[in-house]
Amino acid sequence: MNFWEYLGNRHQQLLTDAYQHASAVFQCMVLATLVGVLIGVVTYRSDWAGNLATTATSTVLTIPSLAMIGLLIPVVGLGVPPTVITLTLYGLLPIVRNAIVGLRGVDPALVDAARGIGMSRPLRLLRVELPLAWPPILTGIRVSTQMLMGIAAIAAYASGPGLGNEIFRGLASLGSKNALNQVLAGTLGIIVLALLFDAAYVLIGRLTIPRGIRV
Amino acid sequence: MSETSAAKGHDGRESHGAAIELENLTKRYPGSQQPAVDNVSMEIKAGETVIFVGPSGCGKSTTLKMINRLIEPTGGRIRINGEDVTDIDPVKLRRKVGYAIQSAGLFPHMTVAQNIALVPKMIGWPKARIRARVEELLDLVGLDPGEFHGRYPRQLSGGQQQRVGVARALAADPPVLLMDEPFGAVDPITRDHLQDELIRLQHELHKTIVFVTHDFDEAIKLGDRIAVLRERSHIAQFDTPEAILTNPADDFVSGFVGAGAALKRLNLTRVRDVEMRDYPTVTVDTPLQQIFGVIRGRGMNEILLLDKRRRPYKWLRRGDLMRARGSLARAGTLVHDTVTRDATLRDALEAVLTDNAGRVAVTGRRGEYIGVVDMETLMNSVHELLEADRLEAMEAQHELEEARTQQTHLEQEGPGGVTKA
Repeated sequence: MNFWEYLGNRHQQLLTDAYQHASAVFQCMVLATLVGVLIGVVTYRSDWAGNLATTATSTVLTIPSLAMIGLLIPVVGLGVPPTVITLTLYGLLPIVRNAIVGLRGVDPALVDAARGIGMSRPLRLLRVELPLAWPPILTGIRVSTQMLMGIAAIAAYASGPGLGNEIFRGLASLGSKNALNQVLAGTLGIIVLALLFDAAYVLIGRLTIPRGIRV
Repeated sequence: MSETSAAKGHDGRESHGAAIELENLTKRYPGSQQPAVDNVSMEIKAGETVIFVGPSGCGKSTTLKMINRLIEPTGGRIRINGEDVTDIDPVKLRRKVGYAIQSAGLFPHMTVAQNIALVPKMIGWPKARIRARVEELLDLVGLDPGEFHGRYPRQLSGGQQQRVGVARALAADPPVLLMDEPFGAVDPITRDHLQDELIRLQHELHKTIVFVTHDFDEAIKLGDRIAVLRERSHIAQFDTPEAILTNPADDFVSGFVGAGAALKRLNLTRVRDVEMRDYPTVTVDTPLQQIFGVIRGRGMNEILLLDKRRRPYKWLRRGDLMRARGSLARAGTLVHDTVTRDATLRDALEAVLTDNAGRVAVTGRRGEYIGVVDMETLMNSVHELLEADRLEAMEAQHELEEARTQQTHLEQEGPGGVTKA
């Protein structure tokens, strides 16, 4: 059975896996964005808190994902919980870092102007600082998503959802006649998903970055 | 302490400004020995334009920012219209005080209209009112609402951005307008325009304006009164531009005034304030015979030919018509330059100096002829002005000395029963 025949036979299973893969990444990204931006907002104004947040999130990134999932299994069990926790944690770094850099990069004269015309702190954040920091934050989200696409495959190790299952199944039965097809289908599926997500982000950028600051 | 909110402005007209009182205002940053602003007290009348001018680092900007408490004072009181605002919610205070800064500080992600609408929106104006107000303000600062409404700041020139910045500061019609070197970042020609615009605006609005600059010429041009500040915001002199020019309080002030005080004085007087000459005029519709009559009849060498809308068109000298064989179209020299009644004497002098016959026609609002200014009238009025200034300055000095002697006298006698005036 060549690769195309394999795809034709298994497309039902593959589409389900791809959908679950995308859905897991998407949901974790939403979570990571909310938490990451929140961490950024809370810490960007103080030097040490900002640095602490960046260092902490980048430390998380240095833990091998397989080890992270493996360590989480005894604590939260198999399946979805370790997947979500791992993906969210890994997704944080680019978002937190870009949020902090973006918020710190807002022209102090503009913040001064916002204060001067009587905007309260929450209003300033919502109407001036976050919109101006949005392009770098969105870039962070994009980078995070690409990264999570790959890491999500590892989730299959803890019986998580997604295309990783395909890859692991293939790797486990190396030498059998469908092994290579399985690995190939999983990998290519992840690449296609990543490209689709990236295209979606370009569109989101077009829609959400105000015309006045679009480059 | 209490000032009526509709206090009379400095020029006697009804004023929409509010009086500002600073009392022993001090800012001390932690860790520095000297205060950045030390015990500043001053009273700014409603509807007055006061300029803080001084070398960089003298604390003029800090003093300004303490008025809307962008910088919290460490000591002293601020009163606006008699109301002590030193301890009220700063956000509330700032919505009542317009604030314009260098390079406008427009939010790049909002359109011109959104920028201007910010404050009215925050204080909860209904939508229709905000929309009308935005149009009105754009019109007021000389930008076509239809064209600029939906533009983003980066699509505007520096001067246009600054206009929008002023419009935003004026949006909720605050009685007080604080301007922190607003025209510092635009080119000299645009700056000149913006200054003229501000003068025109203030003529209509009568806000209380506090304006910070390090450019003394700008201060003279815009200020009703100028506070010359030295380090730690100590007031070296707080007086009208005329008084500062003719009678600087000390070496620091005269150093700041710089050379050419007499020339600078020309900036303070408008053409409308001096005597103009009345030239004999004819219009293009006047029959030739009558024109000859006018030229011969008056003792003048020259008459002014006006076009159909009574705008200066050509200078006609004796004999010009003869040489052109009676053709008005060919006779005389075209009028190149005119000045309005609002032009400063300096502008007028400039025009007179560049004109080869040493005179310039003065025109009204629609360009119609009003009179003529020449070297002689200029010289006479400048002499008169300087003389008057000198007399006034001597009087002021006399009064000051008298007050000082009295104070020394009181101090020597001891403060027995004398409360602080």
